[in-house]
Amino acid sequence: MSDTAQHPRSIGRLIRARRGGSKLHWTDVFSYIYLGLGVLLMFAPVLWLVMSSFKTPAGLLEFPPTLLPLGQISVDVPGFDDPLLLFNTTMEDGSVRELAQVRRVGIVSQMVDPNDPEQTFRVGIAQNEPIREFRMAWENYSDPLENFNFTRYLWNSVFVTATATFLTLLINSMAAYGLSIYEFRGRNAIMLFVIGTLMIPITVILVPVYLVVASMGMVNSLWAVILPGAATPTGVFLLRQYMLTIPRDLIEAARMDKASEWQIYWRVVMPLALPAIAVLAIFSIMWRWNEFLWPLIVLNRSEVYTLQVGLNAFQGELNVQWHYILAMTVVTLIPVVLVFAFLQKFITTGIASSGMK
Amino acid sequence: MVPVPIKGAGTNADPNRVGPMPDTDANASLSEKLTALLAVPVVLFFRLFEIPFRAVQRVGGIKAMPYVFLLPNLAFFGVFVVLPLFINFAFSLSGGTNIFLSDRVYTGTEQYEFLFDCANYLDPQTCREDRFWKAIFNTATFVFIQVTCLVILSLVTALILNRKIRARGFFRAVFFFPVLLSPVVVALIWKWILLRDGILNAFLVSIGLDRILFFVSPEWAMFWAIFVSIWSHMGFYMLILLAGLQAIPPDLYEAAEMDGTSPERVFWKITLPLLWPNMLVVVVLALIKGVQIFDEVFVLTGGGPGTATQFIVQYIYTTGFASRVQNFGLASAASVVLGVVLFALTVAQLAATRRKDDV
Repeated sequence: MSDTAQHPRSIGRLIRARRGGSKLHWTDVFSYIYLGLGVLLMFAPVLWLVMSSFKTPAGLLEFPPTLLPLGQISVDVPGFDDPLLLFNTTMEDGSVRELAQVRRVGIVSQMVDPNDPEQTFRVGIAQNEPIREFRMAWENYSDPLENFNFTRYLWNSVFVTATATFLTLLINSMAAYGLSIYEFRGRNAIMLFVIGTLMIPITVILVPVYLVVASMGMVNSLWAVILPGAATPTGVFLLRQYMLTIPRDLIEAARMDKASEWQIYWRVVMPLALPAIAVLAIFSIMWRWNEFLWPLIVLNRSEVYTLQVGLNAFQGELNVQWHYILAMTVVTLIPVVLVFAFLQKFITTGIASSGMK
Repeated sequence: MVPVPIKGAGTNADPNRVGPMPDTDANASLSEKLTALLAVPVVLFFRLFEIPFRAVQRVGGIKAMPYVFLLPNLAFFGVFVVLPLFINFAFSLSGGTNIFLSDRVYTGTEQYEFLFDCANYLDPQTCREDRFWKAIFNTATFVFIQVTCLVILSLVTALILNRKIRARGFFRAVFFFPVLLSPVVVALIWKWILLRDGILNAFLVSIGLDRILFFVSPEWAMFWAIFVSIWSHMGFYMLILLAGLQAIPPDLYEAAEMDGTSPERVFWKITLPLLWPNMLVVVVLALIKGVQIFDEVFVLTGGGPGTATQFIVQYIYTTGFASRVQNFGLASAASVVLGVVLFALTVAQLAATRRKDDV
């Protein structure tokens, strides 16, 4: 697309944008308002997720929520073993002092002046206002990775994504090679058949695929997730369209040089088809990393959960631990953001040229 | 979905290049490094296959080779698509809770009769399997509203992004990126916003309104199910429409401008007719996707409150896998019904694509 060459320009120039130097037309104003609202609506929810993921459980319970993750400051006071929480306390005479809380009994707090530990006060908790600072609760990230099955889920997802993508690229490129390089009886019929399988999404054949997987003894194994979707009609179609453009002469020349058909496939055609293979690889990674319904059906034991299924199980628990869920959602999001940041051009061109995702 | 060459795909591709993909010059250094890193095991892997393939070629000659190359992929299709398609019918004609066909009882069309046993088809309450009909009504409502809004919004966005806009690439990326997020992540992002003590309710309270329990009210739950699915999918359809818009020859607009044609007339007489093929593709693709809605809504609302946001795929999932008594036969029968709907939509898509080629 022509605009990919255009670099994003500074906000200042964006605001001063004009059509041909003339007065700002109302449609221009409308366009920028629409786009501005769009940016807000698309980005703000993700930003809110990331900011919330650094809040402590107590911070998450607050209503109304604070914008930034905050933590209460605690101080070391001589004579006390543990650090004490710091409060702004309104005294009886109306003045406000910075005091540390020693203990709390019911609605009464026993306070101490951190600078002068001899001085103690008894105040109602309503008079205490916590003193807080910007603090990120990294433990939301480290705890689940250390203590829960989350590392397991992460590994399962990585394994499924990598293995399935490799398998898809291999068998799809072989099929595409067979369908594009050779003239043989039944070629069109097979192509039609491949395209026909597009009409049968997994949602239509959930039960029988489960039967096939079960009779292979693969229920609760990651292979049950990897294998059924390995052959993709999209991939065959995409690669074949690309391989059709490879000049026949190259293949004839290789045959003259006594290259075997397998050698032509992996030494001549595959390297030439690399751009299309890259597009399919990105698609496959996205499909597999994000896949939900089929793993949900076929993986019933916690140790084989993928990230998506694990996240769903976490949020369905009776006692939802949002601080962990939010952090793990961010972890799940990271690979996608990376792929998007570096390979956006590939993805958009791939979708625009195939009409599929 | 049947792949359709989208009008405008790779319109500004370098004519000297071989294929329709973007050139990789910009990523050359990255891909070179990656290649070097991956090369060793990959080369070994492909070398390993050289011996059997050479042997096959010696025995069968070059004529046998296409079949050999096609075999693995077709085997996968056979085992995981074609075979299941037939088993699906067998399942839908049998009863019981056993998964293996040999243990199941043949019941004829009983499952279908059960699904379609209604006193009044317009009122799910009067059906024997009211959950199925509720799911169908919900799906119909969802698809109708979602597809309408989705198409209008992606058209408006594509039209705006097709104007002479600063930072167009940036804005396009912004609208597109939710497409790549996983449905589970999308649902969790919005669930966190919409909770009782979420930021949206905080906003409502701050402007003096009452809190709304979004997941307790059937109407709100449906609204957010539609909203969230539009939020996450709009970028995809916008991209297809944008490709179509950019394929419209600029001289048409120049001619219109010289004739002093009003912008509204340009839109109705030039833009929309020329974009129509892409519009049809978008509508049908959105319909096919919409009918199969499950992931994000299931995580967001769990189908609730009650069955207010339970859709047809969730009905199949619940009936076949998530309830205590796994009713595979009934789930298969419902799958067949869903399959028929999708088949009809795909035929519509093919017809639309054919008309597009004629235009």
